[in-house]
Amino acid sequence: MASPESAVNGPTMTAGAASKSLRNAFGGVIAFIILVLIGVLAFSIRLFSVIKYESVIHEFDPYFNYRVTQFLSKNGIYDFWNWFDDRTWYPLGRVIGGTVYPGLTLTAGTIWKVVNSLNIPLSVETVCVFTAPIFSAFASWAAYLLTKEVKGPGAGLTAAALLAMVPSYISRSVAGSYDNEAVAIFALVFTFYLYIKTLNTGSLFYATLNALAYFYMVCSWGGYTFIINLIPMHVLLCIVTGRYSSRLYIAYAPLVVLGTLLASLVPVVGFNAVLTSEHFASFLVFIIIHVVALAYYIKGILSPKMFKVAVTLVVSAGLAVCCAVIAILIAVVASSPTKGWSGRSLTLLDPTYASKYIPIIASVSEHQPPTWPSYFMDINVLAFLVPAGIIACFMPLTDSSSFVILYIVTSVYFSGVMVRLMLVLAPAACILSGIALSEAFNVLTRSIKFQLPGIAGNPSIASEENGSSTVVAPNDIPKTEEAAKEKPAKKNRKKEKENVEKKPTPSKTEKRLLVLPLEASVIAVLLLVLLGAFYVVHCVWAAAEAYSAPSIVLTSHSNDGGLHVFDDFREAYSWLSHNTDVDDKVASWWDYGYQTTAMANRTVLVDNNTWNNTHIATVGTAMSSPEKQAWEIFHSLDVKYVLVVFGGVVGYPSDDINKFLWMVRIGGGVFPHIKEPDYLRDGQYRIDAQATPTMLNCLMYKLSYFRFVETDGKGFDRVRRTEIGKKHFKLTHFEEVFTTHHWMVRIYKLKPQRNRIRGKTKKSKSSRSVSSKRDVRGKRNPWH
Amino acid sequence: LSLSQVENTGKAAASDVLLAFPPTEAEHLAEVKAQAASGKKRKKTYAHLIVEPTDVPDAPNGAKGFRLALHNPLSPGETTTIEVLYMLTHSMEPFPAEISQSDPQLVYYRDSAYILSPYRIKQQTTFIKTPSTNVQSFSRVEPTNRAGMELKYGPYEDLPAYSYSPVLVHFENNNPFAVVEELVREVEISHWGNLQITEHYTLAHGGAKLKGVFSRVDYQSRPSASGVSSFKNLLARLPPRVHSVYYRDEIGNISSSRLRTDSRKSELEIEPRYPLFGGWKSTFIIGYGLPLEDFLFESTDGKRYLNFTFGCPLSGTVVDKLTLKVVLPEGSKDPSAVIPFPVEEHMETKYSYLDVVGRPVLVLEKKNVVPEHNIPFQVYYTFNPIFMLAEPLMLVSTVFFLFASCVAYLHIDISIRKG
Repeated sequence: MASPESAVNGPTMTAGAASKSLRNAFGGVIAFIILVLIGVLAFSIRLFSVIKYESVIHEFDPYFNYRVTQFLSKNGIYDFWNWFDDRTWYPLGRVIGGTVYPGLTLTAGTIWKVVNSLNIPLSVETVCVFTAPIFSAFASWAAYLLTKEVKGPGAGLTAAALLAMVPSYISRSVAGSYDNEAVAIFALVFTFYLYIKTLNTGSLFYATLNALAYFYMVCSWGGYTFIINLIPMHVLLCIVTGRYSSRLYIAYAPLVVLGTLLASLVPVVGFNAVLTSEHFASFLVFIIIHVVALAYYIKGILSPKMFKVAVTLVVSAGLAVCCAVIAILIAVVASSPTKGWSGRSLTLLDPTYASKYIPIIASVSEHQPPTWPSYFMDINVLAFLVPAGIIACFMPLTDSSSFVILYIVTSVYFSGVMVRLMLVLAPAACILSGIALSEAFNVLTRSIKFQLPGIAGNPSIASEENGSSTVVAPNDIPKTEEAAKEKPAKKNRKKEKENVEKKPTPSKTEKRLLVLPLEASVIAVLLLVLLGAFYVVHCVWAAAEAYSAPSIVLTSHSNDGGLHVFDDFREAYSWLSHNTDVDDKVASWWDYGYQTTAMANRTVLVDNNTWNNTHIATVGTAMSSPEKQAWEIFHSLDVKYVLVVFGGVVGYPSDDINKFLWMVRIGGGVFPHIKEPDYLRDGQYRIDAQATPTMLNCLMYKLSYFRFVETDGKGFDRVRRTEIGKKHFKLTHFEEVFTTHHWMVRIYKLKPQRNRIRGKTKKSKSSRSVSSKRDVRGKRNPWH
Repeated sequence: LSLSQVENTGKAAASDVLLAFPPTEAEHLAEVKAQAASGKKRKKTYAHLIVEPTDVPDAPNGAKGFRLALHNPLSPGETTTIEVLYMLTHSMEPFPAEISQSDPQLVYYRDSAYILSPYRIKQQTTFIKTPSTNVQSFSRVEPTNRAGMELKYGPYEDLPAYSYSPVLVHFENNNPFAVVEELVREVEISHWGNLQITEHYTLAHGGAKLKGVFSRVDYQSRPSASGVSSFKNLLARLPPRVHSVYYRDEIGNISSSRLRTDSRKSELEIEPRYPLFGGWKSTFIIGYGLPLEDFLFESTDGKRYLNFTFGCPLSGTVVDKLTLKVVLPEGSKDPSAVIPFPVEEHMETKYSYLDVVGRPVLVLEKKNVVPEHNIPFQVYYTFNPIFMLAEPLMLVSTVFFLFASCVAYLHIDISIRKG
């Protein structure tokens, strides 16, 4: 892997600073070749998962997308829109066509169809596995285009190279990670590019393309609301700062009209495109921009005096109307319980919202706020380059650079709320770091170049060169601009300025500094290259070690260096699919729903599309109830098998016992007889001898630890690092039918109802209860 | 599946000899071989006889007949010795049909004490060998003897034609009943030097069904006492010089396999994802590549022929239905197969990488395949090597036209406005 990266990185950075003549002659060709290489790099760095593991779909959600794609490729697009899936959410079912963002599946389905019509027999799975790497290559090209619009091709190439291997994005787009984000990041960056392009050119052609790109984004990911809020914010910013222009109008108005119309064509969005509060900002700004446009137009035709009169008239009348409209809007919005916001959006606006009201959203680990190390892990040195890039964007501040600044600021906030949204931050960080690096190299290489003829000359400014390269970069932007403009007279100018710069006070020197001393520049270039190298090493490490595991196969290295594979999940799913009846229902916690339907092809009660809280709470309640009640709940839902994931034998930490408190919480949220404190001893969650009886008698405990003690004689749980509390017990309503090789998945079957002999059961039951009552009384009975 | 092998020595007087099988056996008949023996003991020489199915006009209850053609017609009064070997699949029935994990597997074997024959039999003895000494019960058709692992019925004298006397033997048989319910093998010939074989297996355990619980604790801690009739690994014998072997199923790679190669053979030891108990099923795919020069030859008349092994590479299994597809390269003509036993044949077309007209596929189907069918067969076809260049040329011309159109686009002014 090392050689292509260095090959790509070297020319990328030098190209940014390549001399003007070379750029003119070969610039286009070199940039094209570099872009191709960046694409190859983006694709190949994501193949570690295939090389180290296998070409297989990863994790949970991708399995659902894979299954939908299979359905699409088998049954065609019309059946796909009308697909009612009866293999999930039993007995409710789920309308897949209307509740899924179809962009990813349609993309992969189209690729599959095209490839197969050319008689290249790739399986649907292969296409799905490689969709994400292909689109990350596209995304880095889109980043090139966007940054090029903002700060020129040098910055563009640097940003593209950075985005090609930013770990945050790699984590979501390795081969096999077939999720919406894989195509959505490309769509996001490309939409932004087209917006900036329209803003810079004022071309209606690009505005239309922009609406189409936005449509693709709406198709692919719920994160499209980020676009439809960020762009209005930027428009508003431009208006407020007096940067309104007809280009801004063309960039914005068609996007809102066409974009909203197109967005409402996507079934999962539908009328939400005009009804929910997420889209409200875009319409408000749409009105504002029209008012502003009208004002500018009137200003153009009227004389200044008349205009003043008109302004006073319109403002007084307009204010009244506006107040009325806003009052109505607020009333409408406030009348809905969630203020018209969806739960996830509210979580973003109020980070504590989910943990208070929606435990399902809070229970997902990727919805937690990130820790500081995760920033360093996911964007690495970019975190330090971003501030430099922001400063570079401020000099000079253009429409497009203000957009990039707004983008980074908002995405930093969102990434601080949810780990998952680090993904939105990554392109912004890459773009800004690309700008910073490129500007820095521009300055440094230029100063080296100008000083090379007269090396001996000027050691005088060596005093203040020690600032880090990132600080150096912004200082010198005006100089580069000037230098670019006044090329012919450069030599003379430079001498003059050096003279000027020697004379005045140090503070002035710093400000007018145009050329850095040679040694400083050389050192700074070396340091920057070192920084880049460090970034590359980190990215390759992250891609190879941290983010490539498919999570359905686990591996561990034994002491002698051998590789031990834990393939228990697929063992269990394969067993289910071959040895149970096609229509059997399998109950498990919702994490395993998608995998069970996709790999085992069995009907599940709940899955990762957590649309029905009550249903999930029912399963959670069953898992936290004693055996008999659980059996009754499951039996009433027609369940035949119960699947639990148990890591106690091999030390697999994300098993059901560790997730169990969420089951209790979610179950207790709907069925109040499940109380979280019953499962905790003094506020502590434990399964050893100190655990509460409710805990030791609940179904999840029993199914996880059934006959566990016989493995080692003590029942030592390697995840919790303790001996279990209740060791020997029997199951009365469930029977073990399958346990995988490392015990990671255990499948139980509900025992059939006991044969009822007419009249006898009731009697025996009643007599038993009576007798037991008598026993109780008996102790107090004086005759005994 | 262990097979009962019944050897029969008959004496007859005609130019050909008829054999008869009851209809239940005829359904599962995998193979019938016959040879005529001549000479005394230890100096016996055998001559293979041709066996072909015929209709027996006066056979009772739909018994099926086979005709043996003798090399030298027998004149009346002369005698000859014929040895007939036939193999049945699924001839044992587990009883009890469902057992729990710790139980041994008991099976019934049904047969007749007398051999079904259209001729009068002067004298006959039947031996039944069981795999273990644990025989629960057996029918008695006097005289009947049991000694160790062998049951002896007879000798019986002077039996009329088509006499039948059912016997039932109930004994322990813990051999894993690995049944490949369906096997589709695809042999794809590429004249660029590779032979790609893909085998789709549907494997089942044909023995007594597992009743109720499967306990991993018992299976792991007491391997000798628990699940004795289950099996967890299989051995596939592949040709030597095999490469790019993979073993997977529809949800991905199966990591539990081991390949051993030497110069004469390759052995692939595979474990299904889970141990197979009675009634459990599993599916998997094995694929591998072979060097073409080991299998493809040119015959004297200019035709090419593929010489490959029929049957199933898994040892110790029977295949209920085997479909063997030989995918010939695009542009080859007149395929014909030479196989030493009867199979069903038809043609298909397959479109693979960048095919235009498609590749001809010769499909061979056979039911009840046993390891004795692992013998070479040949597929002859004609092929013009110019077709090998079709796909590279197609790619080259596509790229050429792409560049040509780019050049054209850059140099032609197609704007409406002139000047």
